[in-house]
Amino acid sequence: MGLFLETLIGGLLAGTMYSLVAIGFVLIYKASGVFNYAQGSLLLFAALTFVTLHEKGLSFPAALAATVVVLIAAALLIERWVLRPLANRTQITLFMATLGLSFVVEGISQGLMGAEVHSLDLGIDDVPVFIGGLMFSQFDAVAAATAAVLVTVLALLFNKTRIGVSLRAVADDTRAALSLGINLNRIWQIVWAVAGVVGLVAGMLWGARQGVQFSLSFVVLKALPVLIIGGFTSIGGAIAGGLIVGASETLAEAYLGPYIGGGITPWFAYFLAIAFLYVRPAGLFGERTIDRV
Amino acid sequence: MSEAANPYLLEVESVSLSFQGVKAISDLSFKVRRHEICSLIGPNGAGKSSLLNVLNGVYRADAGWLHYDGERFDHLEPLEAARRGIGRTFQNNALFKKMTVLDNIVTGLSKRSTVGFLAQALALPAARAEAARFRERTEQVIDFLDLQAWRDVPVGQLAYGLQKRVELGRALIAEPQLLLLDEPMAGMNADEKVEMSTFIADINRELGTTVVLIEHDMGVVMSLSAHVVVLDYGRKVGDGSPSDVKNNPEVIAAYLGTVH
Repeated sequence: MGLFLETLIGGLLAGTMYSLVAIGFVLIYKASGVFNYAQGSLLLFAALTFVTLHEKGLSFPAALAATVVVLIAAALLIERWVLRPLANRTQITLFMATLGLSFVVEGISQGLMGAEVHSLDLGIDDVPVFIGGLMFSQFDAVAAATAAVLVTVLALLFNKTRIGVSLRAVADDTRAALSLGINLNRIWQIVWAVAGVVGLVAGMLWGARQGVQFSLSFVVLKALPVLIIGGFTSIGGAIAGGLIVGASETLAEAYLGPYIGGGITPWFAYFLAIAFLYVRPAGLFGERTIDRV
Repeated sequence: MSEAANPYLLEVESVSLSFQGVKAISDLSFKVRRHEICSLIGPNGAGKSSLLNVLNGVYRADAGWLHYDGERFDHLEPLEAARRGIGRTFQNNALFKKMTVLDNIVTGLSKRSTVGFLAQALALPAARAEAARFRERTEQVIDFLDLQAWRDVPVGQLAYGLQKRVELGRALIAEPQLLLLDEPMAGMNADEKVEMSTFIADINRELGTTVVLIEHDMGVVMSLSAHVVVLDYGRKVGDGSPSDVKNNPEVIAAYLGTVH
């Protein structure tokens, strides 16, 4: 039982790292109805910018603040040069645009900051800690706490401010929102900037774990099953999806691994996602789209 | 141009619109006086909703112009239309279903906001003052439309007639100069229709709002409007006072079919 609980808790904590990545997708999907393939590249770009500035001698808070400013500028540029010219186009057009954007962002990152692996020390020891006889990772616990804080801040932002009300309005009915005078371009700018900052937080945690390097942008591929399970339109769903993926893949590795030769972690999330597509295509918290007649 | 010099708030001039070769509106012209209630009537598919969509920029006309408040446009973007004081409701309620009545109505004030995102995120005094002002204004509209009992209910749970009222409130809160109402009484029973007619008449009389509305109920149209424009197959077949229109043979033909 102890082993089961340890595995479960370890998996849940690790799952919050997936949730952090998935939240960035959800924000943009809600506001502009597009699966932003470039979220992974933006995450990499954010983490790389932070590490580079920090290595150049900026203090931790100064580098963090400067990176946030860079991300806001990037959001403004993306809105102006990618989203606005393509407004009202089909979803697949927008998706292709974000695919292109991801390569542009990676290219620029590499051109400006090089391709070497940077280590990032957030000052959290990745050592096991024992609570109530159960062992778990201190780093994972900090990551989970960070995710909790981030989600609380986002929830306050989107439920308590009028911009948040506008965002929900745009997500619900873009045409009506425009007719009320809600400035869609401004909403996109804000959402992309917030998604960039969420990417920065996720990128710093992932980067601290596996080094800030180009493979970091592949975390998008791990966010995909999280989104399919949790639903593309719900931050709560992104959290639940991340927890389910994290817990189930570690449990599967621990309990099924010995029978089928291990190596389950890399693919189990996708297996689970396909199963969810059969029974609940909109995800746990996603909206079933019903077309008006 | 001053109000005295130009008695018309809106002028539709030779507007045409087609969808993939099918004409929805052909060479349509009419004028709407300031502070009047103008009804658009005509059979289904006559182009009424399409016209409303042209007026607030959801559709772009293939030809023709709109004159609004003394300025001529070949096209208005929806955001620009909203900024210039054109408010509207939609045929199939376009409310934000999961949001409360209060939140839905307050979105109508979006274009009035002067406080930036950061100030709101940090709840700076300016943001809190604006939120309080908006809240007060919203309460006034809720009072005006008798929606107090449903203030905090998600609109998706409300009866259709009430949703129509919320949508009216959402358009009204921005104090539009021109209010476009797409079948505000569709699906309502007789009592609800009377109630809605009263609200529209009050808005027109008390606030001086010019109203262009689409309605099928002839009783409502005749009692509410000063001016009726009749469309059939995208063309104008009648334009005048309710009594003029009622006795116009072309209008009767459009509604009842011509005897051959």
